[in-house]
Amino acid sequence: MVTLDDYGTFETAWCPGCGNHSILKAVKQALVALELEPSRLLFVSGIGQAAKTPHYLRANVFNGLHGRALPVATGAKLANPGLTVIVESGEGCMYGEGGNHLLAAIRRNIDVTVIVHNNQVYGLTKGQASPTTGEGFVTKAQPRGVFSAPFNPMTVAVAMQAGFVARGYAGEPEPLSELIRQGIEHRGLSLIDVLQPCVSFNKVNTYAWYKERCYPLAEDHDPTNRVSAIKAADEWADGIPLGVLYRNDRPAFDDHFSPATEGPLAARGVDVAELRMIMESYL
Amino acid sequence: MKHDAVNVVIGGAAGQGLVTLGNMLTKALVRSGYSVVVTESYQSRIRGGHNTYAIRISTEDVPAPQEAIDILVCLDADTVDLHEPELSLRGIVVVEADLGQPGRPYLLVPFKDLAAGKFSNVVALGVIGELLGLDLQRVAGLLDELFGKKGEDVAAANRESLAQGFKWMAERAEVFPRLPPAESIGPRLTLNGNEAIALGAMSAGVKFCSFYPMTPGTSVAISLAANAQRMGIVVEQAEDEIAAINMALGASFAGAPAMVTTSGGGFALMTEGVSLSAMIETPVVVVVAQRPGPATGLPTRTEQGDLEFVLHAGHGEFPRAIFAPGTVEECFYLTRKAFGIADEFNGPAFVLTDQFLADSYRSVEPFPLEDLAAVNPCRTGAQSDDSFLTYAITESGVSPRLLPGVPAQCRAGERCEHLVVADSDEHTEDGHLTEDLSVRGPMVEKRLRKLDGIRAKAVPPEVTGDENPDVLLVCWGSTKGAVLEAATRIREQGRTVGTVHLSQVWPLPSEQLSGILGTAGHVVCVEGNATGQMARLIRRETGFLIEERVLRYDGLPITPEFVVRAIDVL
Repeated sequence: MVTLDDYGTFETAWCPGCGNHSILKAVKQALVALELEPSRLLFVSGIGQAAKTPHYLRANVFNGLHGRALPVATGAKLANPGLTVIVESGEGCMYGEGGNHLLAAIRRNIDVTVIVHNNQVYGLTKGQASPTTGEGFVTKAQPRGVFSAPFNPMTVAVAMQAGFVARGYAGEPEPLSELIRQGIEHRGLSLIDVLQPCVSFNKVNTYAWYKERCYPLAEDHDPTNRVSAIKAADEWADGIPLGVLYRNDRPAFDDHFSPATEGPLAARGVDVAELRMIMESYL
Repeated sequence: MKHDAVNVVIGGAAGQGLVTLGNMLTKALVRSGYSVVVTESYQSRIRGGHNTYAIRISTEDVPAPQEAIDILVCLDADTVDLHEPELSLRGIVVVEADLGQPGRPYLLVPFKDLAAGKFSNVVALGVIGELLGLDLQRVAGLLDELFGKKGEDVAAANRESLAQGFKWMAERAEVFPRLPPAESIGPRLTLNGNEAIALGAMSAGVKFCSFYPMTPGTSVAISLAANAQRMGIVVEQAEDEIAAINMALGASFAGAPAMVTTSGGGFALMTEGVSLSAMIETPVVVVVAQRPGPATGLPTRTEQGDLEFVLHAGHGEFPRAIFAPGTVEECFYLTRKAFGIADEFNGPAFVLTDQFLADSYRSVEPFPLEDLAAVNPCRTGAQSDDSFLTYAITESGVSPRLLPGVPAQCRAGERCEHLVVADSDEHTEDGHLTEDLSVRGPMVEKRLRKLDGIRAKAVPPEVTGDENPDVLLVCWGSTKGAVLEAATRIREQGRTVGTVHLSQVWPLPSEQLSGILGTAGHVVCVEGNATGQMARLIRRETGFLIEERVLRYDGLPITPEFVVRAIDVL
């Protein structure tokens, strides 16, 4: 029986009121619901305020470099398919610095759950534009306002036929926790974009701003229908639908390798007789 | 000096089957008991241009390539024009009948007629095979192995073309002395440097390799991919080199002995991962096959220009080991050693090779695989409980490892209580990020202490030749053979000569080097770069200034002749 206590309670470096607090809570609740023991879990993160999340619960942790969480998670999952691997980082890490890795991970469909804390601004470096910042948003680095169009991770993920694509909101931790639970259960890559107010650096996309726009996807939304999924993913200015936008049953990347029943690569040793035959092919 | 060595150079355009011809001839020679050194020189294109495949052949061990050409096999007219000036005094040109003049040095072969429009490189193999005195049946057996899969018709046509070539040559007067018969030396592998690195890695227990294609590093990963299923290895072509090294670190963290393979430009992208490997104390073996830079440089040629780059790659201060094999055998054994050092000291270890050695086939004695142990990521002295410290501070600096989600010693079915926490930030012993500056000093010192252990296990320099020599040739990596042979030739001219070869270039054995360098008249550093990077490193580490340098940076490998010419003027 796994309980919330198994995941511990830690002092955080986050601002009071930061959306990270409720995302962390939603993650823990999903892990408890799935009865996942801490020692079976590997959290991988990059750099940023969100990337500190794995330090605030009990689990195996690889807190690597900015943007590089997905390649690390991919390597770890392939090396030990028995691990439940969860990537947690911000949108700068996942959609900016690590953009190419996200595209590759979606294409591979590696069985990893990716939770992106998307607050549309860089928090750790104090308020520069992020890949999802809206046009015109003024920062010290973009004093004339942001000129680039914001990146829509959901539209891109659906277009690329990612295995599981969902949008959640930090202000509503209960449904968010349910999305995370479903994402972890899904075999293949799960991308969960979590909208999150930044109380220090984003005075535009506030709790009030999101409250006005966010609404649950219609009950008759069919997540296996890519056309309606793209339409829902594209909605933004007037209303933002939350929930599972899209899912499919493409085989997971790790299924193409030796099954999890063979255990971690670490324990396999060297088949010297086989290696001798390989060497002798050079005779 | 290898007075009896014969240098065969096959030249032609990409797409003419030159490498297939070269590889078959090389394998036939090795199976016949000869020693070979292959030098592949090719352009960065798939069709056209001008490429050569040189095979230096001897009944004795042959250590290096040779410049003068004894048998020039021309698959096109350009080869005649470009290489005829390089013929030795006894040299001949083997060429299509309508591309040369009758009489020496030309051996005019009606390839087109003999091949009936097909398999002209197999006809050429037959002609050269007979010219050198190889056994038709042995060469035919090779062809069957290569083309047998393509069906009996193809195999039969190839056998016929080969026999045509042998027969045509046998009916002619001898134009070049046949090779003396080789002594029976037992079976030999026909292996190049990168294949030996892949074999060494498999023998060491590699279980994960990620890479992004880049010449001349790619073929290591290709060799592993070909055997991945049989050996239980995961090989993945990553989206870029940054992903490749981070993926390898993820796999290694989860317990798989891991490697990446690349060349200079790709390695530039990997440098943040090198630093990460050191900080999170996770083993990774990095194979860097050098080619001339800067930037894209000469993509398919050779150089030793990245010594300082690999030595300093990665931000921050941390220990590393860098191996620089001088022979195909050393590619095998030093790759094994790199895995051992990376595993023992939980950090990055490098194999620094280059295009020349990567592609250079040699005759290699089979390795005693049964006697060679693999690394074992499951061995640990740590207990699987709540108190596990990923970065426990120890006297050696090495923290006992546990793997995430895997019971101690990988004992299946046991409970797994420990949590492994790794952080690229400065961290406490339990792996969590910290800004407590009192932790910083001990952590820096712990990581750096590992260099003492790495140094204690370093490969000593290989010293040969005369004591207190007039000339002492210092070299590293793939120039070993050329320098050893040059030393023999210079000695034949009446001078005393010694050589020093470094197959581990970091940590540098400073004290041993200091002792040797002071004993010689002229100390000369021989390197495949333009600025004398090893000479500079030796100055920094020992204080000894090597003023005389033989440097080559035109994209071609250093040859014995190149060294002798330079030493003659000293």
